[in-house]
Amino acid sequence: MKPPDDVAFAALLEDSAEDLYDNAPCGYVSTLLDGTIAKINATLLSWLGHDRDDLVGRTRFPDLLTVGGRMYYETHFAPLLQMQGELGGVALEMRTADGTRLPVLLTSTVKHGAGGDAQLIRTTVFDARDRRAYEEELLRAREQAERERDRAQQLARTLQQTLLPPALPEVRGVEVAAYYHPASLDQVGGDFYDLFPLTGDTWGFFLGDVSGKGVDAAVVTSLTRYTLRSAAVNDPEPISVLVHLNTVITQGKPRLCTVMYGSVRPTADGATVTLATGGHTPPVLLRADGGAELVHLPGGQLVGLLPDARFVTAEVRLAPGDALLFYTDGLTEARVGDDRYSEEALRDDLRGLAPATAKSVIAAVTRLLNDLGNGVEDDTALLALSVQPPGATSPVS
Amino acid sequence: MRRNNVVVTGNEAGPVVLLAHGFGCDQNLWSRIVPDLAERCRVVLFDHTGCGRSDLVAWSPERYRTLDGYADDVLAICRALDLRDVALVGHSVSAMIAVLAANEEPDRFARLVLLTPSPCYVDDGDYRGGFSRDDIDELLVALESNYLGWSAAMAPVIVDNPDRPELADELKNSFCRTDPAIARVFARATFLSDNREDLRKVSVPTLVIQCAVDAIAPPEVGRYTHEQIAGSELVTLDATGHCPQLSAPEITARAILEFVDSR
Repeated sequence: MKPPDDVAFAALLEDSAEDLYDNAPCGYVSTLLDGTIAKINATLLSWLGHDRDDLVGRTRFPDLLTVGGRMYYETHFAPLLQMQGELGGVALEMRTADGTRLPVLLTSTVKHGAGGDAQLIRTTVFDARDRRAYEEELLRAREQAERERDRAQQLARTLQQTLLPPALPEVRGVEVAAYYHPASLDQVGGDFYDLFPLTGDTWGFFLGDVSGKGVDAAVVTSLTRYTLRSAAVNDPEPISVLVHLNTVITQGKPRLCTVMYGSVRPTADGATVTLATGGHTPPVLLRADGGAELVHLPGGQLVGLLPDARFVTAEVRLAPGDALLFYTDGLTEARVGDDRYSEEALRDDLRGLAPATAKSVIAAVTRLLNDLGNGVEDDTALLALSVQPPGATSPVS
Repeated sequence: MRRNNVVVTGNEAGPVVLLAHGFGCDQNLWSRIVPDLAERCRVVLFDHTGCGRSDLVAWSPERYRTLDGYADDVLAICRALDLRDVALVGHSVSAMIAVLAANEEPDRFARLVLLTPSPCYVDDGDYRGGFSRDDIDELLVALESNYLGWSAAMAPVIVDNPDRPELADELKNSFCRTDPAIARVFARATFLSDNREDLRKVSVPTLVIQCAVDAIAPPEVGRYTHEQIAGSELVTLDATGHCPQLSAPEITARAILEFVDSR
C-alpha cells in the first residue's frame, strides 16, 4: 500500500481540540462542584438525546442517572470523589430523553485551581451496554454456581447425617458424648462413630476413619458402620468384630480404614472398657486426680490392608471421675504453624480438666478445634465416655 | 471496641462528640470536620459493624438486618468507654440509628445531631420520602454491578491522612469498601426502614442539619424530621449533596459545635 502523502497526512492530523472534544468516541461532561453541568460534549448529548441548552447550567449531572444510580452516586461516588480527587470505572445507568436506560462507566477527576482549591469535576462517560450484558451473564452464572454449591452442601450434609447416629442413647452409669467436626461443607468426610446396646448392661461403640473423602469414601464408611454393628450382634468379642470387618472390606475395592472398637460395661465401682484396634490413634485417658495418659495399643494393622490382619486388644478400668476420649487424626494432624498438632499435645492440653465428664471433654476439644481453625484440614470425630465422680447425683453438663 | 474500630481523639477535657457514619463509607467520611471538632471536644469515631475496618467476623445478617443492631453497637461503645453526656452525631442512616440509641438510653445523651436525616425513604400515602420500592431495588442492582468492578473502582488512591499514616496501606483495601453481601443487607436496612414513629419519642435536645439540595434526603424530609421531634432545631446549610461534612466542612462543623456548646 502506498503511504499517504505528507500533505494529506498533515490534514488528517489537523484535528482541532474542539472537534476532538465534541466528537470523541466517549462522553465528556464537566460540572461545578455541586454537580451542575457546565460543559458537555456532542457525543454524550447524542447518546442521551438532549439539547445542550436543556442541560448546561440547568441540570445536575446525578439527575441524569436512574434513581437507584443517583442513590449510589450520592452515597458512594460523590463522597469518594470529594475525598480522593478521582474515581474510575464505576458502573451506573443514565436515563436518556426518551426514558431508555444507558449503562455507562464513569471516571471522574477533580480539577484544582492554582491555589489548590477544587474547581470543577471532569467526567468521562463510556458506553457500557456490551459490558453490562456480559456482566449480567457473569452474575447469572455466579448465582447458578451458588445455588448448585448450596445444593451440593445440602447433599453432603444429608449424606453425612446418615453416617452418624442422630443422637447417642442413654447409658446407665456411664456418661457419653460425641461431636463431629466437618472440615469442609462440600465434601462428605470418612469419619464415623456409633454407640449401641449389646447384651445386658454392656454397650458396644466404635469410632474410625476411612481413607479419602467424597462419595467413594462415604460408601465404604456406610459399609463399615453397618458391618460393625451386625458383626457385634453376632459375636461382640472386640477382636472378632474387627476380623469380620476386615474380611468384608478386603473383599471390596481396596480402601483402608482405622477403627477403634470397644465395649463398655458399668461395674459397682466404675466401668470396664474393652478396646480393640487396627492402627487407630491412642485414646486419651483422663484420671480423676488430673493425670492424663495415652492408651497405646501397639501392633495392630490397618483394616483393609491384609486379608489376615492382626488386631490388638486392651482393657481400661474407669474409676469415678475418669474419662476416656476417642478421636480421629483430623484433630492431631491439624496444622499449627509449620508443625502438626499431636497426640501428646492433646494429652497435655486436656491434663487438668479433672474431674472430667464426657460432656466437658467434648466441649474442651470442640473449643480446641475452633482455636485450631483452618489448621484442621480433615474431618474429626470425637467420642467420650466418663464415670460420674463420687457425690455427683446427675450427669454433670 | 475492636469490633467497631473505635478511635478516640481531641480534647480530653471537652464534651464528648460521638460521630456515626452513614451508609456507603466509614469513619473516614468525618475526616474534614474532625480537626475543628477535636480542638474543643473529645471526638469518638467508629466504623459500623461490616463497614471500614470493623471486625467482619462479628457481622451477621440476623443482627444487622434492622437498624436496632447498629443502635445496640452505639450503646455498647458508650458503655465500653463509659461515655456520658454524649453529643451523638448521626449522618444519613445513622441519624435514625442515633434516634433509636437515644430513645433506648436517653440519660446517656446530652445532644442529638441528625445530619441529612430521613426517617423513611420510601413514599407512603401523604408522606414523601422521595423513593419507591423499585428505586431501592435499582440501588441494589447498582451495588451489585459495581461489585464486579470494585477491584478497580473501589481500590482507590489513598486520601492524605497525616493523623494516621499507619493506615495508609490498609486503607487501600478497606476504604469505603464493603463486602457486597454486607452492603446489600445494610442497604435494605437503610432504605427500607420506617422510623417515623421513633421521632416522636425523642426526648434528647436535637438539632437537624440538612442541605439546601440533597437528592437522598430532600429539604421536605429534613423539615418533617424537625417537626416530628418536639423542641428540635433545624439548620439548612447552603450546601449541595448528601455529605456536607465533605462538601462544606467548615459550616457543618460550626453548626455542630454551636449546638454542642448551647447548654
